[in-house]
Amino acid sequence: MKTAIDNTVDRFKARAAEEGLLDVAYATADSPFGPLLLARTRRGLVRVGLPNQDSEELLTDLADRVSPRMLEAPAELDEVRRELDLYFEGKLDHFDLPLDWRLSGGFRRRVLREINRIPYGQTRSYTEMARKAGNERAVRAAGSACGSNPIPLVVPCHRVLRTGGALGGYGGGLPMKEALLELEGVLDGKPST
Amino acid sequence: MTALPPFQTVLDEHSAAVMGILRGAVGKDGAEDCFQETFLAALRAYPKLSNASNLRGWLLTIAHRKAIDHHRAKGRNPIPMADVPEDAVEDGIAVPDERLWAAVGALPPKQQAAVALRYGSDLPHAEIGAALGCSPEAARRNLHEGLKRLRKELA
Repeated sequence: MKTAIDNTVDRFKARAAEEGLLDVAYATADSPFGPLLLARTRRGLVRVGLPNQDSEELLTDLADRVSPRMLEAPAELDEVRRELDLYFEGKLDHFDLPLDWRLSGGFRRRVLREINRIPYGQTRSYTEMARKAGNERAVRAAGSACGSNPIPLVVPCHRVLRTGGALGGYGGGLPMKEALLELEGVLDGKPST
Repeated sequence: MTALPPFQTVLDEHSAAVMGILRGAVGKDGAEDCFQETFLAALRAYPKLSNASNLRGWLLTIAHRKAIDHHRAKGRNPIPMADVPEDAVEDGIAVPDERLWAAVGALPPKQQAAVALRYGSDLPHAEIGAALGCSPEAARRNLHEGLKRLRKELA
């Protein structure tokens, strides 16, 4: 139930957004895997926290790396939530969301941008990602770029596997990676490319 | 330097206290506007705040200034008493007797703030001092003078 002070606080948040003082808006969203944390800047979606990740820590890190002008503002993330819901229902195969890449730089960002081009229901190897990002021999670095992906799900690092088809790793845990690939119709039981 | 927490944390932890002292200092109707002004000013300045160890004192200082601005803008008119609120307690904050707070609103700024911080927000003298930028002793003195005047006023 909303109290008088909640309404006052809501009005403050609306004004903060109007006056351009809201640098990071965040909210939680339900998913089949548990609650997700979503954060956006004026440029676009900047961070997705998976259910097994500590949201307190993630918010502190965002305050430090992006801006401490952060408010919980669910309405600012309505579109992101809507597209994710459709995706989990198997009704959306392409996210149409502006992204803010600022949390990744250099080679990592190049790898993540390549990952962002992998179509729904397809997979690539870490080696391919390294090559496309401009350094075929940097397979390990490509792997760690996947591991550091600040915008998982939307930037589909779950579509990157080891050469030969082994699952590799996933920030949200391997069962989640497996389930996402199943959802996209890539895996029927056994992992293979 | 302490890292700044997300502003949401500041809002969660201190909005009730700020509302409490503002209701005390400017009355229920003015408090809404002053609250908005206080937190907008705080959010604007927040990234450049060099010390996050006393966020409450910092916010209360801003709230105090906004309350003074409010009184200046109203030409120091006492708060109209026509619409006395019927609810005694709202989300845990006691809404004080309007006549009393109207008198508080007419005190000189420092005394007014000391009284509001002490009784609206239940701050100890040291924190009142920190919020007003003076020593705990000076805070105590302002509080004392303010209370003396109030007793005379309301006797």
